Amino acid sequence: MNAPLIGARIPRKEDYRFLTGAGRYTDDVTLPHQTHAVFVRSPHAHAKIKSINSSRAKSAPGVLAVYTGDDIAAAKLGGLPCGWLITDVNGQPMKEPPYPVLAQGKVRFSGERVAVVVAETLDQAHDAAELVEVNYEVLPAVVDAVKALAKGAPALHEVAPDNTCYVWALGDKSAVDAAFAKAAHVTKLEFVNNRLIPNAIEPRAANGSYSRADDSYTLYVASQNPHVERLLMTAFVMGLPEHKVRVVAGDVGGGFGSKIYLYAEDVVVTWASKQLNRPVKWTADRSESYLSDAHGRDHTTTAELALDKDGKFLAMRVKTAANVGAYLSTFASCVPTILYATLLAGQYTTPVIHCEVTAVFTNTSPVDAYRGAGRPEATYVVERLVETAARELKIDAAEIRRRNFIRSFPYQTPVALLYDTGNYDATLDAATKMADVAGFAARKAEAAKRGKLRGLGYACYIEACGIAPSAVAGSLGARAGLFEAGEIRVHPTGSVTVFTGSHSHGQGHETSFAQVVADRLGLPIDSVDIVHGDTSKILFGMGTYGSRSIAVGGTAIVKALDKIVAKGKKIAAHLLEAAEADIEYDRGVFTVKGTDKKKMFGEVSFAAYVPHNYPHDKLEPGLNENAFYDPTNFTFPAGSYVCEVEVDPETGVVRIERWIAVDDFGKIINPMIVDGQVHGGLAQGIGQALTENCHYDASGQLVTGSFMDYSIPRATDVPMFEVDTRETPCTHNPLGVKGCGEAGAIGAPAALMNAITDAIGAKDLPMPATPQTVWRAIQNEKAA
Amino acid sequence: MHPFIYHRPANVNDAVTLAAKGPDHKLLAGGQSLVQAMKLRLSSPSDVIDLGSIKDLSGIKASGSEVTIGAMTRHAEVEKSPEVRKAIPALAALAGQIGDRQVRAMGTLGGALANNDPAADYPAAVLGLGATIVTNKRRIPADEFFKGLFETALAQGELITSVVFPVPKRAAYTKFKNQASRFAIVGVFVAESSSGVRVAVTGAGPCVFRQKDMEKALAAKFSPESVAGVKQAASGLNSDLHAGAEYRAHLVTVMAKRAVENALK
Repeated sequence: MNAPLIGARIPRKEDYRFLTGAGRYTDDVTLPHQTHAVFVRSPHAHAKIKSINSSRAKSAPGVLAVYTGDDIAAAKLGGLPCGWLITDVNGQPMKEPPYPVLAQGKVRFSGERVAVVVAETLDQAHDAAELVEVNYEVLPAVVDAVKALAKGAPALHEVAPDNTCYVWALGDKSAVDAAFAKAAHVTKLEFVNNRLIPNAIEPRAANGSYSRADDSYTLYVASQNPHVERLLMTAFVMGLPEHKVRVVAGDVGGGFGSKIYLYAEDVVVTWASKQLNRPVKWTADRSESYLSDAHGRDHTTTAELALDKDGKFLAMRVKTAANVGAYLSTFASCVPTILYATLLAGQYTTPVIHCEVTAVFTNTSPVDAYRGAGRPEATYVVERLVETAARELKIDAAEIRRRNFIRSFPYQTPVALLYDTGNYDATLDAATKMADVAGFAARKAEAAKRGKLRGLGYACYIEACGIAPSAVAGSLGARAGLFEAGEIRVHPTGSVTVFTGSHSHGQGHETSFAQVVADRLGLPIDSVDIVHGDTSKILFGMGTYGSRSIAVGGTAIVKALDKIVAKGKKIAAHLLEAAEADIEYDRGVFTVKGTDKKKMFGEVSFAAYVPHNYPHDKLEPGLNENAFYDPTNFTFPAGSYVCEVEVDPETGVVRIERWIAVDDFGKIINPMIVDGQVHGGLAQGIGQALTENCHYDASGQLVTGSFMDYSIPRATDVPMFEVDTRETPCTHNPLGVKGCGEAGAIGAPAALMNAITDAIGAKDLPMPATPQTVWRAIQNEKAA
Repeated sequence: MHPFIYHRPANVNDAVTLAAKGPDHKLLAGGQSLVQAMKLRLSSPSDVIDLGSIKDLSGIKASGSEVTIGAMTRHAEVEKSPEVRKAIPALAALAGQIGDRQVRAMGTLGGALANNDPAADYPAAVLGLGATIVTNKRRIPADEFFKGLFETALAQGELITSVVFPVPKRAAYTKFKNQASRFAIVGVFVAESSSGVRVAVTGAGPCVFRQKDMEKALAAKFSPESVAGVKQAASGLNSDLHAGAEYRAHLVTVMAKRAVENALK
């Protein structure tokens, strides 16, 4: 028997191909008779399209076709659907304006697709795209959610004249108001959770092809969930039967949420491939990604925390305007509601909470889930309030948290979630110890001697992963299921191919999932391959987002493994001439209870496929099982981050001196991969707090349109992370796993902003805390 | 990128003759600005004249009192040059702070000066050291070379061949980088030589400029304290998403002070 694989730091199986250039990304796929598409995009944020003249473009060299919104309308293609219906405070459905794949008469954000040029070569398509003449009547634009709600603001959609998609609320408002009325202290903050642009290393790409032979389509696409992409595209947009469409998302170079959604480009290249009877490829350049990928965050929030004189939380009241952009992206509606307000209890026993969210249309790129999706915004609200309250009440910031921690599980929060398990003291105690909080005062004094301002900040976050169960999600408006599927195909000589509906685009599933399977079957990890990302191979899948893969996809695999083992026991019983009830199984070995009689897994699988000696009267040959798993609850990873910064008061530059992260992800399959996920998440959270900001000017032009102006963190912007874990296994999945992909991005911004505000003595500071922002705040504090 | 005719002349005369044919004939040095603009279709020259094959334009020569650097010398060569590091370490250090490794491997001194980006680093060294720009036609003192936003004293058909840097007693360059682009939000080059003290500021304004108040203060006493109290006026300075004029003005003083500290190290 091999050494246990669960919990082992096994190097990633997929890295060899990634690091040696053997990966196969969508743009690497070039099909016979390939053509190339370039989209003509609106230069205006809001304009009527008076006319489009594409005759010059059509006659340009190499051009095969130019399509506009009229062609799409004539073909009766539907608009892009939204996957989650939110019901507003008055019981009305949210406003769902059409989201055409090519603009119909009007454009509503800079970068919106107006036409597509398909040509023999990419250069020809680019040249011809410049020849498409679009006559616009420019309209006033609005990019800010709060301004879009003001009377007289430019209206984007006829169905939403006040730009309001919905006003939604959660919690007992009167109980919250009553608690505030009696509170000894109220802490109030108003802030913007800054808009972010996702930056996967591989931009979006799609290559659609059509087969006249059997009237079928294949779409190669950089997607996080090919089955969902197929479902939405066939059922809602193109009116095609699913069995005629294959979606392949092979190697995908990062997503962070931005590749969950069905995008217009994917539909257009698929549709155009039939019109031309040739494959049509489109790959975004970085500037195009900036303009047209779904952005993240963009909340304007007023948040209040009511406390008694001892720092016990009594109530929380939150009001948020969430910018959803010009159209509803696939999951835009559930991010600032279901994935946000439900997290406002955090790790605390706050008895009553009320949150009201207004989702607002603006002349900006659609906003949707981005690493963390609602949960970073919620954690920022909770953890900035808590830290600020501690300062106002002169209670130690760790102590105020301990006074309010949830310690009894399961715990029903006042905002719908039921936490199954957790141990918040364990992570906070470990983090404060690792951070040497006791020595902070001395370090601060030493820094002051050098003219530097030192600060310390905490964040104790909670995360809800693996949205579930489907029935509950459905009752809350989800228009899809939230299960996962897995299949174990055991080959005759005992090696195994695993098919998973989860999708790996950087997460390392090919290794961690293989560890789960190889461990259970007693196989070397190289005997197990993971296949994902192809609707023609995998029975079904909901894909990867919301840190769901190991908890939901991994469990589906375990359920399939259970069936493999159950059938294997039957076969082994026959081979060993024993009763099935007497067969015991442990990591690849079937034993007759109380004896040394045994059969190895490979012998059993061989018997299944070469069934000469086989219980044909009771069993089918073969060893191939699948399972669908619909979880009974979310999982609830949690953790404590401590960040220590030094601010240069002369320049406002913030340097992160130390970063301690102690997370509870339940059981861990591969600690090395988990470390990497935490590091990446922290870097993205630090990016939000320190460097990243998507900025549109008042006319709706994207000012931060490239890496020249949009600043993602570099290696020198982040410290050496000191990470550790504590473990309370999830109680409702067999692996005891919770998920780890988003934690860093969820907890980091609050910890960092808490540290910076501590250093400079400001109550609040807008993100990102750029040098100028910090310097100005220091000047203001001096003046005050 | 739009199609263009590519030329690779072997000598300066041929390059200048080609360049003189019209405003759509562009000289290509390291290509770190022009090629980007062409890729974005913001610039569409009919002819590109690559200076990369002209051997005379490259190289570093140091005498006791001067360092002469060919216009096509790459930033990385200046950064790593033992001669420059010995004679004017501040200049080598400045070159090592331009862009990233890839940019430094391609970008050239002459290209940077001819482009005169307001946030470029080299103009600060050229003006701060009182260098001389040598062209195919004449020698231009730094004080007369930088004319304004992306504007220089170069005439049509005039090509920078080298730059002669006088060796100072001491010098330093301190740069406050744009977080995103790593261009200078403010860069201050301070040099003390037998002919006096010069302070050149890049990034802050539409064009590199000398900070004469600081020069006076430092001429009286070359110490950080001398400039710590000298304020730069904010009016006329750049203001953008990353830094307003007031912040830039403040940074000029801070960077100048730190440059003097570094020069004295």
